Amino acid sequence: MGLTMTEKILAAHAGKTGVEPGELISAKVDMVLGNDITAPVAIKEFAKIGVDRVFDNEKIALVPDHFTPNKDIKSAEQAKILREFARKYGIVNYFEVGEMGVEHCLLPEKGLVLPGDLVIGADSHTCTYGALGAFSTGIGSTDMAAAMASGEAWFKVPESIKFIYYGKLPRWVGGKDLILYTIGQIGVDGALYRSMEFTGEAVAELSMDGRFTMANMAIEAGGKNGIFAVDEKTLEYVKGRDKRNFTVYQSDPDAKYVQTYEWDVSKLEPQVAFPHLPENTRPLSQCGHVSIDQAIIGSCTNGRIEDLREAAYVLKGKKVNPNVRLIIIPGTQAVWRQAMHEGLFDIFLDAGAAISTPTCGPCLGGHMGILAKGERAIATTNRNFVGRMGHPESEVYLAGPAVTAASAILGKIAGPEEVGVQ
Amino acid sequence: MSQLKGKVWRFGNDVDTDLIIPARYLNTSEPKELALHCMEDADPTFAGKVQPGDIIVAGKNFGCGSSREHAPIAIKAAGVSCVIAASFARIFYRNAINIGLPILESPEASSTIAEGHEIQVNLSNGQITDLTTGQTYQAAPFPPFMQELIQSGGLIEYVKKKMNMQ
Ligand code: SF4
Repeated sequence: MGLTMTEKILAAHAGKTGVEPGELISAKVDMVLGNDITAPVAIKEFAKIGVDRVFDNEKIALVPDHFTPNKDIKSAEQAKILREFARKYGIVNYFEVGEMGVEHCLLPEKGLVLPGDLVIGADSHTCTYGALGAFSTGIGSTDMAAAMASGEAWFKVPESIKFIYYGKLPRWVGGKDLILYTIGQIGVDGALYRSMEFTGEAVAELSMDGRFTMANMAIEAGGKNGIFAVDEKTLEYVKGRDKRNFTVYQSDPDAKYVQTYEWDVSKLEPQVAFPHLPENTRPLSQCGHVSIDQAIIGSCTNGRIEDLREAAYVLKGKKVNPNVRLIIIPGTQAVWRQAMHEGLFDIFLDAGAAISTPTCGPCLGGHMGILAKGERAIATTNRNFVGRMGHPESEVYLAGPAVTAASAILGKIAGPEEVGVQ
Repeated sequence: MSQLKGKVWRFGNDVDTDLIIPARYLNTSEPKELALHCMEDADPTFAGKVQPGDIIVAGKNFGCGSSREHAPIAIKAAGVSCVIAASFARIFYRNAINIGLPILESPEASSTIAEGHEIQVNLSNGQITDLTTGQTYQAAPFPPFMQELIQSGGLIEYVKKKMNMQ
């Protein structure tokens, strides 16, 4: 019986030739990630283990990104715990505010995750790295602490679901729309405990940025990981970023999947997820009149250069609606610089947008764009739970960068064509 | 410890970690402070009224969303002795086991036990008894590896033991 790439990666890191769904294994990790919310808890737990060193000071990444630059005294104290830990244990991959980025944009960009890796992160969107053909999954702070000490973590080998997307994607339909559509079809627990493998000609055509967006939201369907086959685009992306060897794993043709979904996406419309769950998706044409007060472009889902280019393409020569605050948050310092060099910032500024330093900020209702009672936002982020961006009686609508930018111009949920952009 | 008794608080399906502990309170990791805001956006009166030993009974996919361990920590620190749900989101499930918050999956118990009922939970065999109605339910027991984790006192104690043996 063949194996999926997820099973092969898990087996290799557990020192086995094969694994079966349901099997509990202990596996070696290639990278352990934590941020300014989850790592302080992990550091406290790490101290209880009583070891005087971490398992490998190059295989831990600490990224203060959620409430940074520190938004208040309490969050400054949390970030300080990280900083001091990083110094004490000589953590190589600690990123201070001037070199950081939203963690899941940053790690692939720095080449810290490579195909075939097994990565755990104390952040649910750690599943993003599946775009590189790695197995990566979110875990909690105690898991992070244990892995920082031992270099290992326990896993239950997941069953796999295969998603096949046929056809050529229409204009203005990208990775965000594919994953929103998928979650809309299967529900927020449609892939609970399972591995999601994304295949088909439509995803083969997707850029790496589009694939990161899709893998990022596997967790929004309850998935343990989301994974893509490694192809030339993957290798091209990794080239020059890799500082160590890596192994490419591909799923066997006779690998076992508990379910297969097949969709022709050649006529798919841009998708919008209505409050308060990512599964409440609607095609753009069925959104009706939804006025908005704020638009956010950024986050680990859509804070990469292509996302900003797409937004700029729509915003060029246009003005943000006077009733809307448009906030643009490049995912990393490198994305920021690139956007600046390409002249995207002029477009954003001329349109009347605010541009922020990289941070999670409003995505989790942290800072830099919190909603008041009754306010509504459209955002390229990944969660629209109650209170996610601020007041419990505010609302978040999820969409891709083009729809978010067009909506900012019209002051209501709209597509690029409605503002005359083809 | 393996026998728990408490009053039931009911919640629905897909209770996410932002409902359990909103991100606006995550600038601290102090359990007592987190407990003050536990379930705030689902029921603002919960934290003020929950009594030590009370039990949460919820629908499917409890704890979906972020990986914040602050969620099970807040629930535990609020005094909740156990969470019963039709199913749990996987990171929440993992976190709860790792920090020693007892959780049980039982779709039957989840769909029938009502708010305010007094229930009893036997953690060693997974039996749930609704003392108000007399009805009993059987939750799936933990696999042996997880029982070992729980018996060690959580993941940290488990790893500590393992590392000291090397
Ligand atoms: S951008 Fe949002 S979803 Fe991504 S890591 Fe930050 S808070 Fe989490």
